[in-house]
Amino acid sequence: MKEKVVYQLKDKAIWVVFVVLVIAFTIANPRFVNPNNLLTMLRQVSMYGIASIGMTFVILLGDIDLSTGSIITFVNIFCAYLMVNMGMNMVLAIIITLIVSTLIGTLNGFMVSTIGIPALIATFATQTAFQGLALILCGGLPINGFTEKFKIFGQGYVGIVPVPVIIMAVCFGVGAFILNKTYFGRYFYAVGGNVEAAKLSGIRVGRIKYLVFAISGFFAGLAGIVMLSRTNSGMSNAGQGYEFDVITCVVLGGVSVNGGYGMISGVVAGTFIIGALKNGMVLMNINSYVQSIVMGVVLAFAVGFDCLQKKKQTT
Amino acid sequence: MSEEYVLQLQHIRKEYPGVIALKDVTLELKKGEILALIGENGAGKSTLIKCCSGAVVPTSGTIVVGGTEFTSMTPQLAAENGIAIIYQEFNNVKELSAAENLFLGRPIRKGIVVDKKAMEKEAAKAFEQLRIKIDPKTLMKDLTVGYQQMVEIAKAIQQDAKILIMDEPSAPLTSAEVESMFRVVERLRKEGISIVYISHRLDEIYRLSDRIVVLRDGEYVKTLITKDSQIQELIQLMVGRELTETYPPRGSCIDKSEVVLELNDVFGNGDKNMNLKIHKGEIVGLGGLVGAGRTELAEMIFGAVPKQSGQMIFKGREVNPKSPREAIDLGIALVPEDRKRHGAMLGISIKNNINMPIYEKNSTLSVINSKKEMETAEKYQKSMAIKTPTLHQLVKNLSGGNQQKVILGRWLAADSELIIFDEPTRGIDVGAKYEIYKLMNDLVEKEGKAILMISSEMEELIGMSDRIVVLAEGEMTGELQKEEFRQETIMAYASVTRMEEDQTV
Repeated sequence: MKEKVVYQLKDKAIWVVFVVLVIAFTIANPRFVNPNNLLTMLRQVSMYGIASIGMTFVILLGDIDLSTGSIITFVNIFCAYLMVNMGMNMVLAIIITLIVSTLIGTLNGFMVSTIGIPALIATFATQTAFQGLALILCGGLPINGFTEKFKIFGQGYVGIVPVPVIIMAVCFGVGAFILNKTYFGRYFYAVGGNVEAAKLSGIRVGRIKYLVFAISGFFAGLAGIVMLSRTNSGMSNAGQGYEFDVITCVVLGGVSVNGGYGMISGVVAGTFIIGALKNGMVLMNINSYVQSIVMGVVLAFAVGFDCLQKKKQTT
Repeated sequence: MSEEYVLQLQHIRKEYPGVIALKDVTLELKKGEILALIGENGAGKSTLIKCCSGAVVPTSGTIVVGGTEFTSMTPQLAAENGIAIIYQEFNNVKELSAAENLFLGRPIRKGIVVDKKAMEKEAAKAFEQLRIKIDPKTLMKDLTVGYQQMVEIAKAIQQDAKILIMDEPSAPLTSAEVESMFRVVERLRKEGISIVYISHRLDEIYRLSDRIVVLRDGEYVKTLITKDSQIQELIQLMVGRELTETYPPRGSCIDKSEVVLELNDVFGNGDKNMNLKIHKGEIVGLGGLVGAGRTELAEMIFGAVPKQSGQMIFKGREVNPKSPREAIDLGIALVPEDRKRHGAMLGISIKNNINMPIYEKNSTLSVINSKKEMETAEKYQKSMAIKTPTLHQLVKNLSGGNQQKVILGRWLAADSELIIFDEPTRGIDVGAKYEIYKLMNDLVEKEGKAILMISSEMEELIGMSDRIVVLAEGEMTGELQKEEFRQETIMAYASVTRMEEDQTV
């Protein structure tokens, strides 16, 4: 019973942290709570938010996906290449890009599930390989010259709300739906919580791993397309280091790195906190090197909290 | 008097929360003797030797080694006092040579570098002393299990052990290896080393030991002089408890005309020649000692480990489940022995645990029919009488008995016809045990299910089964009908191998 209370506290505590951060940054610089700034902040984190859905599922299973940033980069170049160099229709290019990013995720699934390479190494290999492939495709140069219509995904607005924020919100909704309403969600928790018992309950664990990595690839691809539209330029360093921020959002949101526990609502909070931190630090003119240190410390704290919890349970 | 003994365990008692593992056990080991320690599963042998090694601290009692009294041991104290234990799992590093393993943790050094030559020379000497032929340079992984064990023994002797405790040393060995192990053990006895020899194989005990100490249910029963004792007497002592527990009565409900599961010459997962028939409404008990291959058989039937050959017929149709999923879809269920690791998903709610195998069936386009989900959970909470304020309760917050009921509910929800119970009441308190027994009765009586029950508890086996099949070392050694149930007979079948000729039960 006690553990449950602690977990519930943890779920709520994350929102308290967010509010405290907002207040602190507002005191430091009142411009922080300006609605325009808040919307900018949301737009900035929308890529994290989108990619975090897949990452949440992967981490729920107790695995990790380091290829997210690299998939974003690859998608940037690949989709730009399809539209600009090959003159492909926008919708078709986007669909093909999403299929390809899902296939990259499936490749991760193949390595982890069928071959048995630890996820850390398998996705690390994918990360490096697809970074290289992106560079070959663009020759190291940015790809520019998209249609005006394409800008809508990253730069458009509906009323005052940026389109990428809407896409993020829809993704969070889909993520929560999968986790709570479909049997896949139940399976993710079961496999992440106790793989042996899950197998003996008839869950085909191998297939679930494939699925989860494929989903992670898909959402990374979607984040990549939004980013391409926002920067309006396909760049070979677009997604560099993104996996770090996405993992931080997810873990900060209370998803256990040991698998089996976590909720989308937490991840939403985690994403907002990362957004507030990044945006607030910029407003306060904090040196970007120092920002890196802060982000590192935040990740270590988030995981440390989770592991201490686990330790307490087992002793 | 006490100088005669190199090791005395006096009035050793060990309590765990809710369980007394050892009650007032006394054991005395003479210099240069082989003392056999025997008893059923759970009799307390392992706990007792762990008290000697320092892995377990006794609640009360004294350990006297060479005249010095201790209230408890530590691994270091044990080593300093010349106590060495040969476990079933060896403590070796496979990638290092035999010599390096012999000096593991205390290498011979020349300055700061390890002196390989000197170690190899010393190792050769140590092997020579035991008359075993091992090249000290051979890597551990290239040695057979028998030789690896010899290295362990040599290591103990090299470290000046005076007391050698061997836990089921013959279990992993081939019969030729067993012979050479015996020779080494007998040589050690001649050199004045005292040996505590734990084994399920009664023939070995008669061959090797000078005296036999029998434990039962954590209690000291008797010490026998080996050459003056009879196998029947020994078995009687091991199992000779009063059958006191009562079991809920069950009407005759076996439908002989309907065979639910039939195995014909099934091989695999370490089991040989499995032939078994389970009828509708029948509880078949699977007896035997730990490691006899009972869980392995269950894993094969459940598809967790595929069988190598043989025929499995389920409800009149030949089947070959290759995964638990396939077995579940056929109507086979497994309630595993280790509830926390393999059975319940502790961090997940009761409702989700019960529905886990049928989610796919109760979903449309992968969206769960949550009304049906809740109804199923409620139905089985009621029929299993799971005590909980809410079905959203996490399973880890339930008692062992209630966790077991959740797992049972899950398999009933999955509409299983054959339910395999692996140690159904392990770690469950007495009151809840009776409830589980009643549920099992209901399953066969009212629902017409068939049950295969693996149990190491003799009373449970006799109290619950309609028929008992006994396994030993991966083979079926006996089958008993209800009127033939006797603890002695079951025990004799369970420890029957390699003594078939000279045993008469």
